[in-house]
Amino acid sequence: MAYISKRDRRREKERQNATKNRRELIAEGFSRRDLIKMGLIASTGMLIPKRGLSARARDPYARIPLDDPESPPTDPWLEEMPRMQIATPVVLTPTPDRCPVPGEAPRACHQRWDELQARYGPPITYQNIAAQTSGHIVHPQLPPQTLWTYNNQIPGPLFHSFYGQRNVVRFRNNLPAIGIDGFGKGQISTHLHNGHTASESDGFPTDFYAAPLFKDHHYPNIRAGYDQFLATGGDHRETLNTLWYHDHRVDFTAQNTYKGLAGMYILFDELDSNNENAPPPQFGLPSGEFDVPIMFQDRVFDEDNGRLFFDKFNLDGILGDKFLANGKIQPFFRVRPRKYRFRWQNAGPSRFYQFFFRDKTANQDVPFTVIANDGNLLPTPVLNQFSVRIAVAERIDVVVDFAGREGHEIVLQNRLEQEDGRKPTGDILSPGETAAIGQENIKFKVNLPFTGDNSRVPAAFRPNPPLENVDAIREWRFDRSGGNWTINGEIFDEDEVRATVIQGNAERWILQNSSGGWEHPVHIHFEEFQIISRNGNAPPPVERGRKDVARLGDENIRLFMRFRDFVGKYPMHCHNTIHEDHAMMLRWDIVAP
Amino acid sequence: MKRREMLANVLSPSKSVKKEDDLRPKKHGARANYFPNFLLRTHEGKAVRFYDDLIHGKHVVINMMYADCQGLCPPITANLVKVQELLKDRIGKDIFMYSITLRPEQDTPKALNEYVKMHHVKPGWTFLTGRPADIDVIRRKLGFVDLDPALDKDTKSHIGLLRIGNELTDMWIATPGISKPKNVIKRILWLETPPDYQPENGSTQKAKPASEKKK
Repeated sequence: MAYISKRDRRREKERQNATKNRRELIAEGFSRRDLIKMGLIASTGMLIPKRGLSARARDPYARIPLDDPESPPTDPWLEEMPRMQIATPVVLTPTPDRCPVPGEAPRACHQRWDELQARYGPPITYQNIAAQTSGHIVHPQLPPQTLWTYNNQIPGPLFHSFYGQRNVVRFRNNLPAIGIDGFGKGQISTHLHNGHTASESDGFPTDFYAAPLFKDHHYPNIRAGYDQFLATGGDHRETLNTLWYHDHRVDFTAQNTYKGLAGMYILFDELDSNNENAPPPQFGLPSGEFDVPIMFQDRVFDEDNGRLFFDKFNLDGILGDKFLANGKIQPFFRVRPRKYRFRWQNAGPSRFYQFFFRDKTANQDVPFTVIANDGNLLPTPVLNQFSVRIAVAERIDVVVDFAGREGHEIVLQNRLEQEDGRKPTGDILSPGETAAIGQENIKFKVNLPFTGDNSRVPAAFRPNPPLENVDAIREWRFDRSGGNWTINGEIFDEDEVRATVIQGNAERWILQNSSGGWEHPVHIHFEEFQIISRNGNAPPPVERGRKDVARLGDENIRLFMRFRDFVGKYPMHCHNTIHEDHAMMLRWDIVAP
Repeated sequence: MKRREMLANVLSPSKSVKKEDDLRPKKHGARANYFPNFLLRTHEGKAVRFYDDLIHGKHVVINMMYADCQGLCPPITANLVKVQELLKDRIGKDIFMYSITLRPEQDTPKALNEYVKMHHVKPGWTFLTGRPADIDVIRRKLGFVDLDPALDKDTKSHIGLLRIGNELTDMWIATPGISKPKNVIKRILWLETPPDYQPENGSTQKAKPASEKKK
């Protein structure tokens, strides 16, 4: 059978195993109906492979080869997790200006440019060059990868910015028209996720441009409520801290970000001041070496050639079987026996995580403090947590203390069981099961010497802005019909304004999900929200700050939002990037009163 | 390649060889190893191979429908008629439109031909039927699958999306069939082969069928 490929042989073996397993289970007294109920076999009688790939893998005929590679095996903990490289300012020629300069892609002129320039002075300027670059080692047992990067870095450069200092980032497109292996479209529109950014710099999905153009994104680093709190440059209670940026090219966001176009952006302020030695009222959170942003991605690599693989025919959500942290598969990270601030970010494409720190030396879970959700410090830290859930695009900042664990090995485990793009099964696996199926993301080795620790977690951060009477109520139903992803029964059309919001107004947005068994991480650009209730109940403590992503299960979520400072078009969409690319998105606009 | 195939034929039991031969693509491209090469019938009664004749090297727009479908199908068909009108002579020349029936038992070539006439579909857009089991595999390979088995059985679950692809560049996307014609056309044109396009190593490697892959 010389023409039967490795893939066919694997499938054949899988089928044989499935049949064998099914016989064993039936012999144990489970009926086929029980098994279906337990989700162990599909209605076709095939045992569901626990490989975490698409539904199409369950081809009931097994007559034709399938395009569903299982990644080649890799050993964990071979390489150290890299730290993101901090972006360095560069002089830009031509100098960025209010309206597009020569070589720049078309855009509206920057809102409030002259006013902010007069107050804060010229911007700090950076350049991020999006390009296809090769030689990226994601794991020493896989071949070097050709990826799409910003400034040849995976993840992209880490921005360290400060309130009161304007940034302009020139996103230059040097990408080929099409990425290798036929995925990735070389047109970009970069979104600073959760930035209080005017529409023309927000990376609206259809505002994309091709090489060799660039676009200057103006990140004023002012707080929401700038007009209402002019003296302080915005409402301090709207301070943002952990943001990320990624490509948002309409219909290709999943492919382009999967290929690598993502990075993080940190904002410091007078209190969260990047100095753990600073006295109160500064927060004194772990800083410098001990403030570690981590981007999580799950990926599939082709079992034949080891290259990054993207399933172009998946419409549910892509689950990878390799878990990357800062661009490396299952890295280790050496730490000192003291407190660390980890800024976790889920860069997708579709998976939900529930993270636990497992001290494998002491055989116990390590408690931690959740200090921020979606990059915003909570009104009060949530102490003594053992796990936290994080959907695509969400950020969670935690402080964990490795003191007293010298010499220990602590593994960050994702114990959330998820078998397809719908949503997690709801089951939390045991530490042993989690290890057995390889859902382990980072191994922390507490083997660096102690060098002191003045960092602390204060009893409180900043309060939330008050909830006020709203000027309008809008309901958004996230649904599925005829194989389409819809919001209020409609699909994305960039020219159709589905909501027009008056600048300065507060609104109640109600998110509903009736798509039957799907969970959608819903993201609203530009303004944050507070979750008032989930199905009438108060949200859990870790969700009681301000957020920009709402994990929407089979429920309705009531949000409070206020729209300020800039006008223009913005999207709301599901951040399961596969759903988003298949039109689960809408445009809403802010207009002047 | 030929030697290898011959060898395979010699080594395999004759019955299964015939079956495998039927399915195996005669042409080589990025998706030769992915899409089945089932025999289908067009609304004009012509026999065509799914991969060799419909997909290989082509820029395609594919949807699934059935002739007596109410609800979503008529607006989608009306939409696609407009898309065909707006793209004028490109359809059937360098962009190919296919509508595959989800109810092949009812939708004979004749029934599809009537549907074509009723909706004023112009030449260059082909309606297709075939063996139900084959159509089902094609549907799955196009990605039109619902994870809920009950919904997956319901043909109405699979009529909403258009699969747009270009086998030469191996780019594939999907977009709702109820999108405005101008939005559908935008997306079709996003998948045009760039003028300076050169398939790099990866594509040529992928382009080989399984029979050639093992060295």
